[in-house]
Amino acid sequence: MRYLPITGADRSEMLQAVGAPSVDALFSDVPEDALLAEPVDLPRHAGEFEVEQRLSRLAARNRAAGAGPFFCGAGSYRHHIPASVDYLIQRGEFLTSYTPYQPEIAQGTLQYLFEFQSQVCLLTGMEVANASMYDGATAAAEAVMMANRVTRRGKAVVSGNLHPHYRDTAATLARFQGFTLEAGPPAPAGGEDLASRIDGETSCVVVQYPDLFGNIRDFSELAEAAHAKGALLVVVVTEIVALGALRPPGEMGADIVAAEGQSIGNAMNFGGPHLGLFAARTRHMRQMPGRLCGETVDADGRRGYVLTLATREQHIRRERATSNICTNSGLCSLAFTIHLTLLGETGLRRLAALNHAGAVSLVRRLGERVVTPHFFNEFTVRLDGDAAEAVERLAGEGIIAGVPVSRLHPGAGLDDLLLVAVTETVGADDIEALAEALS
Amino acid sequence: MTGNSRDTVSGDFGLSIEEPLIFEQDSPGALGVDWPEADIGADRLGGLARSGPVGLPSLAEPTVVRHYTRLSQKNYGIDTGLFPLGSCTMKHNPRLNERMARLPGFADIHPLQPESTVQGALALCREVQRWLSVLTGMPGVALTPGAGAHGELCGMMAIRAALDAGGAANADRRRVLVPDSAHGTNPATAAALGFEVVSIPEDGRGRVDPERFEALAGEGGVAAVMLTNPNTCGVFENDIRRIADAVHEAGGYFYCDGANFNAIVGRVRPGDLGVDAMHINLHKTFSTPHGGGGPGSGPVVFSDALAPYAPVPRIVEEDGALRLEEANGRAFGRMKAFHGQMGMFVRALAYMMSHGADGLRQVSGDAVLNANYLLRKLEDVYSAPFAHSGPAMHEALFDDRALRDTGVSTLDIAKAMIDEGLHPMTVYFPLVVHGAMLVEPTETETRASLDRFIAIMRGLAERAKDGAPLTEAPFHAPRRRLDETQAARKPVLRWQAEG
Repeated sequence: MRYLPITGADRSEMLQAVGAPSVDALFSDVPEDALLAEPVDLPRHAGEFEVEQRLSRLAARNRAAGAGPFFCGAGSYRHHIPASVDYLIQRGEFLTSYTPYQPEIAQGTLQYLFEFQSQVCLLTGMEVANASMYDGATAAAEAVMMANRVTRRGKAVVSGNLHPHYRDTAATLARFQGFTLEAGPPAPAGGEDLASRIDGETSCVVVQYPDLFGNIRDFSELAEAAHAKGALLVVVVTEIVALGALRPPGEMGADIVAAEGQSIGNAMNFGGPHLGLFAARTRHMRQMPGRLCGETVDADGRRGYVLTLATREQHIRRERATSNICTNSGLCSLAFTIHLTLLGETGLRRLAALNHAGAVSLVRRLGERVVTPHFFNEFTVRLDGDAAEAVERLAGEGIIAGVPVSRLHPGAGLDDLLLVAVTETVGADDIEALAEALS
Repeated sequence: MTGNSRDTVSGDFGLSIEEPLIFEQDSPGALGVDWPEADIGADRLGGLARSGPVGLPSLAEPTVVRHYTRLSQKNYGIDTGLFPLGSCTMKHNPRLNERMARLPGFADIHPLQPESTVQGALALCREVQRWLSVLTGMPGVALTPGAGAHGELCGMMAIRAALDAGGAANADRRRVLVPDSAHGTNPATAAALGFEVVSIPEDGRGRVDPERFEALAGEGGVAAVMLTNPNTCGVFENDIRRIADAVHEAGGYFYCDGANFNAIVGRVRPGDLGVDAMHINLHKTFSTPHGGGGPGSGPVVFSDALAPYAPVPRIVEEDGALRLEEANGRAFGRMKAFHGQMGMFVRALAYMMSHGADGLRQVSGDAVLNANYLLRKLEDVYSAPFAHSGPAMHEALFDDRALRDTGVSTLDIAKAMIDEGLHPMTVYFPLVVHGAMLVEPTETETRASLDRFIAIMRGLAERAKDGAPLTEAPFHAPRRRLDETQAARKPVLRWQAEG
């Protein structure tokens, strides 16, 4: 077997050194009847070519986004990834390294995490960011729990336009941790009144920007209303490229930003792995979940980086930790930071503008059926019939038209709504094809 | 000038090149990506356009490639050498897995595109479930948890849901028994779900004392035990059946931390030992890359008793087609957005298919043999508290007794290993032995690599006794020891423009 270098001769000599008659004898502490005498009932080992062939066959049964016009969003976006990003993250010293607990030989990881945290702060307009979380949904759930800790309250007011997977991830934790999540009904055209739902028990208000339906709005007044009652404002962003064009949540008074960073540097991967971004205010830094990388000096006085404030974390605090989280999305955060470094100020602004321009051009073609007044690169269209059926039909014609709202809000009476995302990977001919198909 | 040999004009030497932050290499006007200016006309941003610059630096592609290449050269990876981190299973990461995960049919598909267009992806998820189910002897597999600790959360939520379904009789079941040697995530997970953590002391053999355990379980209110097996003392809990029986008799469930599954994969099925739930770190046993700290993937296998409570989404077959079930009355909820770490499933399946049932059996055999070999070759110079508690499993545990009176600590040995071109082992964990050194070589090391490790470790022990200045190591790494106190006392967590 090509990955296993111990030879038969090695094995005999090593067993002799160990003083065991056989490898099986090393398992003598296992209850005898639980020790399998034979390999389990699964295929035997296979060569690289065979594995490649079999997996390629499975891959071929999926319709890749690049095969034709493609308009899905709703929390996972198809953006172009520069070739150098994928090359660099596959360098073995990044790919096969561990969490940087030995900083002297992990400065590569630590320095990019420091740069990553700085970039996340700039994008979101926040003061402090962590080294990433599993995904946007878990970041949002952690944001609610952090708000509960900060305010010592236990009720979150949640916008009905928060991605339902994010809502459900938080609601699952709420069920087991005994806090309350008050989620409103979806409001496709926006205009929810959240301020009136905040009271003295509210730990935070959770909104999405742009929201599930693509709406964007200024949350400054909501932030003030929340703060007046001692609650925090949590802003969730599922399309981080939007912040290249839009006012950042930090400028609107957000206390915590929980975001999905997949859009920059990472493929859609059928929904995972993605990249949770988490940013907050300095005053709440010690209540943050997840890993934090900080600057310091070494014994020779040279600048260096370490994981810091670990006294919040499970490996030190055990049952008193701020969160049970033990990992981040290391390699995804590396892809993010490399792509954003390549983009730079100008590249990001242009990329965001291209996304918005594409969406505007499709919206102009679709006319009054678009229900989203203001948007970035995604909006909601009202169809004449069932959106899921239309999507299925158009898939047969080679067009992936978007995400039917019923997929995320089944039984909510929103079956005629379709979420349509237009990124820079959508061309003018794709836009024409969808506009034609929906006319 | 400080340090040694840093007497070049630049301060750099050879391949060791200082690299400034990207923000310090800002070159306004430089572009790393060529996007055209968009022609929007009137925007539809509703007055919410960003008013000022983001503040990102501008660098051209060659500068960016060089920056990250230089950073990578300051890292140690499995590709560099032996990475004996105990309980972390740093084994070889085959590049075939990377190639497979990047096939457009897996990487370039959207989680919410029509199910009819992703039948291959759903079939792949099912295939991963089948392998994990057969290897563990457990019928239910939840794929969605994003990492090991997330899997623990998933498993313990299923236990809570099952207890809640039992009605008022279970309302007071709040106690979760956790051995002192457990990973920190175990108590953190239990506490996060409102359970009361009751610690089980280590019995002197590196194991849970079954009588002590039965007594604790008999005190009532037991929701679950969280047990790592093989445990972090490096031995197999040989009374595991008694422990399982005791917790079941007490009306609780058996959660097994699967971090050490690599020691038994292909030879022992946790389902045969009475386990009700166990997470599997795909990034450990099944070699998906650690990537400097993720992304991980932590599927959870469930017994018949717990399988009905597994989270959504689930993959079901209907009329010959696979689809995602997003709602189920008994499911306890949802772990994250979408359907799990697909990119990791592809890699893990490529790994499992490559090894096959026969190869996986050899994986655990060689992993355990390698650890025992290291233990026997080092136990005369480093004290091994549980060396006679039975064969080691896939890791060898030492304490710092042998270093007593040398002035050299476990940490110093770890840092001296860095100068020798090794990654340190896990140190100061588990907490049950003083100055712990937990060594896990894995099955992908050659005999020569193991012998080199042994020679270095023996040499370091000698040097420690001879009064070598190990307390100041490392000398030859990209950085000397870093001031962690300063980092925590005056946190600088981001770059900021001066002035």
